Amino acid sequence: MSASHVPISPRSLPTPRRLPVWHTIRSILQRDKRPLFGVAILAVFVLMAILAPVLTPYSPSQTGFQTMAAPSARHWLGTTASGQDVLSQFLYGSRISLGVGFTAGFIATLLAVIMGMFPAYLGGHTDTIMATVTNIMLVIPGLPLLIVITAYVHQTGPATIALVIGLTGWAWGARVLRSQTLTLSHRDFVVAARLAGENRWRILLAEILPNMLSLVVANVVFATIGAILAEASLEFLGLGNPNIITWGTMLYWADAGEALLGGAWWWIVPPGLAIALVGLSLALINFGIDQIANPRLRVNRIRKNRAGRGSHP
Amino acid sequence: MQFVRQRLAFLLLSLWAAATINFVLPRLMPGNPAILMIGRFKGQLSARALKALELQFGVTHKPLWDQYLIYLNNLIHGRLGLSLTYYPVPVSRIIAESLPWTLGLVGVATLISVAVGLILGIYTAWHRGGNWDAILPTMATFTAALPYFWLGLLMLFLLGYLWHWFPLAHAYSTSLTPSFSWSFIRNMLYHALLPAMTIVISSMGGWLLGMRNNMIQTLGEDYVLFGRARGLSQRRLMIHYAARNAILPSMTGFAMAIGFVVGGALLTEVVFSYPGVGYQLLAAVQNEDYPLMQGLFLIIAFSVLITNFLVEILYARLDPRTRGGVHK
Repeated sequence: MSASHVPISPRSLPTPRRLPVWHTIRSILQRDKRPLFGVAILAVFVLMAILAPVLTPYSPSQTGFQTMAAPSARHWLGTTASGQDVLSQFLYGSRISLGVGFTAGFIATLLAVIMGMFPAYLGGHTDTIMATVTNIMLVIPGLPLLIVITAYVHQTGPATIALVIGLTGWAWGARVLRSQTLTLSHRDFVVAARLAGENRWRILLAEILPNMLSLVVANVVFATIGAILAEASLEFLGLGNPNIITWGTMLYWADAGEALLGGAWWWIVPPGLAIALVGLSLALINFGIDQIANPRLRVNRIRKNRAGRGSHP
Repeated sequence: MQFVRQRLAFLLLSLWAAATINFVLPRLMPGNPAILMIGRFKGQLSARALKALELQFGVTHKPLWDQYLIYLNNLIHGRLGLSLTYYPVPVSRIIAESLPWTLGLVGVATLISVAVGLILGIYTAWHRGGNWDAILPTMATFTAALPYFWLGLLMLFLLGYLWHWFPLAHAYSTSLTPSFSWSFIRNMLYHALLPAMTIVISSMGGWLLGMRNNMIQTLGEDYVLFGRARGLSQRRLMIHYAARNAILPSMTGFAMAIGFVVGGALLTEVVFSYPGVGYQLLAAVQNEDYPLMQGLFLIIAFSVLITNFLVEILYARLDPRTRGGVHK
């Protein structure tokens, strides 16, 4: 009892219950630089997407350059088989790839909150049914389902893809949020609020939700990684609209244009690497969010415990 | 036993759900896409096949409920209709030809990736703060974010095209006929190596990170501390005390992980022109061969659901905590 309640830093003493979030974030970032790296990488990509017209003189669909040209001073990332500038495709493509990813991530999280938090709090048959639906959605493989849906939809633009990915990708979040809601609704402060006669919805939105915010944010990040990968996969398979330039359709055209057999690595490497780097940056950010949600994972604590244990005779 | 019954009920429920999704999807879409497809094949199919198609995709005046019952009845009897691309070959035969390739590839690759991922996870957690612990988890985070198909393309480019170490496509050399001879098996393994490596590299990171987290949690438990106080050997503490207990919780994510790996494997097959269900699924989509597409989707979903069921049963045998604890 006593050991685990010794405050780690004197700063955490005056406000025992809810430290300002900013305070927690700063203390985590002092110990662990990974989330900062993540934010930096993501910021670079977002800036590239916004500043695309400034960064490249060419339009992404402009043809007529030399075909399959290696990187040069005029075309930093070379050209495609139909003579388009790869760099401008890469920069403009990031707009839709990131846009679809985050949109789908938000849709999935919103659904996860609705399907996970509300039924768990209300309980009863609704909860049983929703939990079963969630578990079923969780085990049905996502990508094959996405492929089948997009095959039926036919003309699938970015908006449709974002919607479909969001609609099929909520199950994991719903499960996590459900179990956290169940845990929280038995905590003293929630029981106290209920005994004090607080309105049920007020308890849910003002007492429980704020305490799950880090999980919700983590879910946005997590769902966005999945969405960016899923979008790229669908478009690579040619199930998106191949005329809209994204990282996924770039890879589709590169594969269709036999970029590899022509040795055009400059056409293949950038979009895939960008997808992986955005995924990495989000995962690094998630390391930070995890530590807000679960103090046990905080780097300083683990090290301290270990040092303490080592010094025991 | 109660646990097995409960999981079996869930398996049946999820199988039914997958089958129902399969039935509902084409009927849900605005302007039933199957009408177009059937129109396209009108002259080429026998009247009976055409009628079966209309029933399968809801282009008929029969009540929805009847269609549904006929559909379920056909499914139970393994009648998945005829493929349009390979007309009049039954969908079930194409599945029977392509499924073994996928099961072999994904099965072996998953076993390797789970084993290596878990071992590296144990190692990095045990040497927490060491050199490898700084490198491996970060690398795992990166490889977990790699798109499968892109990694496959790169491997194909480097190891296949530039250095000629591996073949560029297919499951075996087209000059050979499948047989159980050693030379054929060797040729088959040689062709499977690059796609398998792609799946292993992309999926290993998740296992490593999950195992490392669980291992760190377990190392903080009192019984590990007590074991240390008793002066047990490091090896015994690491493997018998910590790792054995940390492996089981990391299998809870298996359901989602296997679904994800299968999705990735489908893409890998497309990249390597590997004749499994993923490759066939894409071909079916491109040819608007909806009966084949439906059949493949079902078989993929069913395989994942059944694997998941088997792993859960195994998991319960190994870890008594899960048997009773589910309801609490």
